[in-house]
Amino acid sequence: MSSNAALTDLIIKMADDELVLGHRNSEWTGLGPVMEEDIAFSSMAQDKIGHAWALYRILHENLGGEDPDRFAFMRPESAFKCAHLVEMPNGGYDFSLIRHFLFDHAETVRYESLQDSSFEPFQLLSKKVKGELKYHTLHANAFIIQLSKASEEGYARMQTALNDTIALAAGIFEPSAAHEEELIAEKVYPGEKALYHRWLDRIYPVLVKASLNLPDMETITPVYGGRQGFHTTHLAPLLKEMGEVFNLDTEASW
Amino acid sequence: MYGGGYIFDEPNGKQLREEQQHDDPGKLSAFEERIARGEKIEPGDWMPAEYRRQLIRLIEQHAHSEIIGALPEGTWITRAPGFKRKLALIAKVQDEIGHGQLLYNAAETLGKSREAMINDLLSGKSKYSNVFNYPAKTWADVTVIGFLIDAAAIVNQVANAKGSYGPYCRALERICYEESFHLKQGHDAFIELATGTPEQKAMLQDALNRWWQPIMHFFGPPDKTSQHSEKLMQWKVKMASNDEMRNQFLDSYVPKIWELGLTLPDPLLRKNADTGRWEYTDPNWDEFFRVINGGGPCNAERLQVRKWAEEEGRWVRKALMNPAERRSLPVA
Repeated sequence: MSSNAALTDLIIKMADDELVLGHRNSEWTGLGPVMEEDIAFSSMAQDKIGHAWALYRILHENLGGEDPDRFAFMRPESAFKCAHLVEMPNGGYDFSLIRHFLFDHAETVRYESLQDSSFEPFQLLSKKVKGELKYHTLHANAFIIQLSKASEEGYARMQTALNDTIALAAGIFEPSAAHEEELIAEKVYPGEKALYHRWLDRIYPVLVKASLNLPDMETITPVYGGRQGFHTTHLAPLLKEMGEVFNLDTEASW
Repeated sequence: MYGGGYIFDEPNGKQLREEQQHDDPGKLSAFEERIARGEKIEPGDWMPAEYRRQLIRLIEQHAHSEIIGALPEGTWITRAPGFKRKLALIAKVQDEIGHGQLLYNAAETLGKSREAMINDLLSGKSKYSNVFNYPAKTWADVTVIGFLIDAAAIVNQVANAKGSYGPYCRALERICYEESFHLKQGHDAFIELATGTPEQKAMLQDALNRWWQPIMHFFGPPDKTSQHSEKLMQWKVKMASNDEMRNQFLDSYVPKIWELGLTLPDPLLRKNADTGRWEYTDPNWDEFFRVINGGGPCNAERLQVRKWAEEEGRWVRKALMNPAERRSLPVA
């Protein structure tokens, strides 16, 4: 069995990604471009936050982690391990959709890999989450293709957003030198590099269908740092907002 | 959640009332007999022009209230304390948008497009429930809205669900079902503060004091001054009077508030044991009309946010509506 430190590191980065992106996506609730899409996006934001909660619970119940609410709402910024991709402000719907597309495919290959994990709680969670992600990626693919093909403006917006986002998205797969080999050897998960290639295999055919060009991945520099606790200036205000009520009295029940 | 409560009249009423005079008297009496028998009117059925106009107005304002009502609570999703509250609040606000969608669809069966309705909302021609022109300043406000405004809306919607127009009644049945969950989550969060630390109780009491007048306003002006039409009652468009609904709300919820050791900012509020009806200080109705007419603390902000969302989403809607590229994907 892998060491607690290695498992803890993996769980925290997965959960923090989901919590922070769930937060960002929930900022669209009530403001979506069309009501049906507003509802869909809110629903997916709930799923993300739910996944984060489930992962913090695994940490709490199996690895001696703190209570999930306290862990999520009271940690300092430097203790967060989310990728820079999820921290970025929503901007327009084009960026939010491309981020949703790139992230949810990354999340899908990750959870698929966990169905055979030697860490049993991952197997159980994977079963549930994969079922949800199927619809998230179906939604993302349909939107990317439709918006890219329906109008010149849609195409230009999607391609620009993709160009601007791809290096951030590649940062999801930032290697973890301290723990990764151990997790691979113990068959907890296949490691970031393997997931990165599976992710490219997933997104490429959809981009082709949408007539979008995937930037040359050899020439981009993935945006790393988040996994080590180095963050963009956007994370601190987000966390402050998230904990605003909870931190009025952390001993109270809300 | 958000039944319009009080439904505002539109300035163009006169012109349409003239049309109503041309209704075929035979068809009109057959229509009225159907309603008296408790039948539902369906979209393809004959209906008087005034019935159609009033229903569009009612359902449209209700729909607007849902999507505007999502805004004050929506800003608290990112600040909700803890996973349980956060997930419940997103789900709730999402439901409100869903109610908006159901209601716009119901109103569309009467011949006005969603786009036309949204345009009328943005131009200020069409109104929404006045209660959403007040700010949600603290987390306690969210619990007051979730408990008491939803409760007030349910009183209104349960009444309207027994109305005569089929598509509206069916939408309301589903809405009321979801609202009953909203009420539970609101009540739960409300109780948590009411039974919490002294600071939490003070926060809740403060919110309650600020929201009491908008809540009393919710059902509209008193019957003695309100110009509700008997015709609308006969046609089962309006199902209960403003005072009846307000009394029903007070009867169900004031005891629940008092039970928790909270007070309400009205020294005259009490149930008259002889009449069985609630007595209260008349809220300031000048303030009510001032807010309806755009002078409330948040009218401009609410419409501004809604306009931003419409503008921001325009290119997406255009691309989705492009028929040349419409596609469907298998769902499984």
